[in-house]
Amino acid sequence: MGGQEIEQLIRLLGRLPGFGPRSARRIALFLLRDPQARLVPLARALERAGAAVKTCSTCGNLDTVDPCHLCTDPLRDQSVVCVVETVGDLWALERAGVHRGVYLVLGGTLSPLAGIGPEDLNIAPLLARLDRGSVREVILALGATVEGATTMHWLMDKLASYGGVTVSRVAQGMPVGGALDVLDDGTLAAALGARRPA
Amino acid sequence: MMQQGGTSLEREAPALVLSAALLGENNARVHVLTEENGLVRGVAYGARSRSGSALWQPGNLVKTRFQARSATGPIRLSGELLYGCGFRLLEAPLALAMVQSVCVLADAALPEGEPCRALFAETIRLLTFLGVDPVVSEREGLPQVVRWELALLADLGFGLDLTCCAVTGATTGLKYVSPRSGRAVSEEGAGAWKDRLLPLPAFLLSEDETGTPEEWLAGLRLTGYFLARDAFGLRHRPLPAARERLEARVAQHASKPDDAGGAEERS
Repeated sequence: MGGQEIEQLIRLLGRLPGFGPRSARRIALFLLRDPQARLVPLARALERAGAAVKTCSTCGNLDTVDPCHLCTDPLRDQSVVCVVETVGDLWALERAGVHRGVYLVLGGTLSPLAGIGPEDLNIAPLLARLDRGSVREVILALGATVEGATTMHWLMDKLASYGGVTVSRVAQGMPVGGALDVLDDGTLAAALGARRPA
Repeated sequence: MMQQGGTSLEREAPALVLSAALLGENNARVHVLTEENGLVRGVAYGARSRSGSALWQPGNLVKTRFQARSATGPIRLSGELLYGCGFRLLEAPLALAMVQSVCVLADAALPEGEPCRALFAETIRLLTFLGVDPVVSEREGLPQVVRWELALLADLGFGLDLTCCAVTGATTGLKYVSPRSGRAVSEEGAGAWKDRLLPLPAFLLSEDETGTPEEWLAGLRLTGYFLARDAFGLRHRPLPAARERLEARVAQHASKPDDAGGAEERS
């Protein structure tokens, strides 16, 4: 169509989540219409990010420094660790600004079909922190799915031997702005099951 | 019934969700169990949406629509929930482990596209029982899970014969199972070889018996032995990790009889 370089650009863009060949062509065309203003800065940013970003060895977050900014933030409560499944979940909690402790990114949940077993989960940094006695509470913020709940129970068993550490988990039930008649059966059952005195 | 309209094939049937794994950004590779076609593998589009994700959970019974462009082409799945088992048990670790084990065993052991009417009915009966009440299912579900595993072995052609003693022919006093033949053996018939035989828990001989946690564990070890050897070993595959975790959890429960799995104290 327009040379090997353009074909490769479209092919690489097409591999991005949410992009197919058609949208990849559209984006490539948009970038190539003004390469100096659009394509070159993007390419430089991608290159810089590729060289600088690393996985935090303490929590599993993505950052340009290791340990990451969240783990070294003196204003954060280092004794409260929130366990999440993915970096996306961590970023969601940070966007909401509701957790002032630190995190641990598990990197998945126990999944028979995907072949993810306990040995594939990033739990060692949490156990090391627990061994040092620097953790007061572990919050399990995993998905309300069968795999998420199975992983949560497995983690609760694993953490049961650490006396003095509170293990809590996020609640399930009514979403903010949710009306009862549009909720699925599972959410309704969880909401009723977790009711509390008004 | 499969209906042919133009070049596409379409049918609708109740199906049990056995597993779902992410496929691309929004879709999922879903394995379901049906009465007429046994294990079916398909793709559920939009399965990552909020409603889709809740629908395609292991243990759910879904009124499923199967669509394919040809008899051998990829199958597209869509549907609506008939009965949700998994989400009722999220707070009950032992019951959840049972559901996961049943789903993973069916998913990994059953052949694709083979009808399995009896096992499908048995699986629905078990999962609806487990989903009714987490506390009851943690207290009474395991004997039924072990019986379901016997049904799975029978469906696969590796059924155990627990009707009479392989040595004496006696129909009473059955205490063991021969690991070689899968047939029951009485105390008398076992003689000096009883150390080499697998213990047969009493609840497998009578529907009225519910057994103790120690007997549940013996039952799981009995069926686990034959599942590992016949259903999975012949294909050079290990017993699924979810089944191993269930056995480990029951062993933990048997060693601490006061702990009723966890659902009671959390409910």
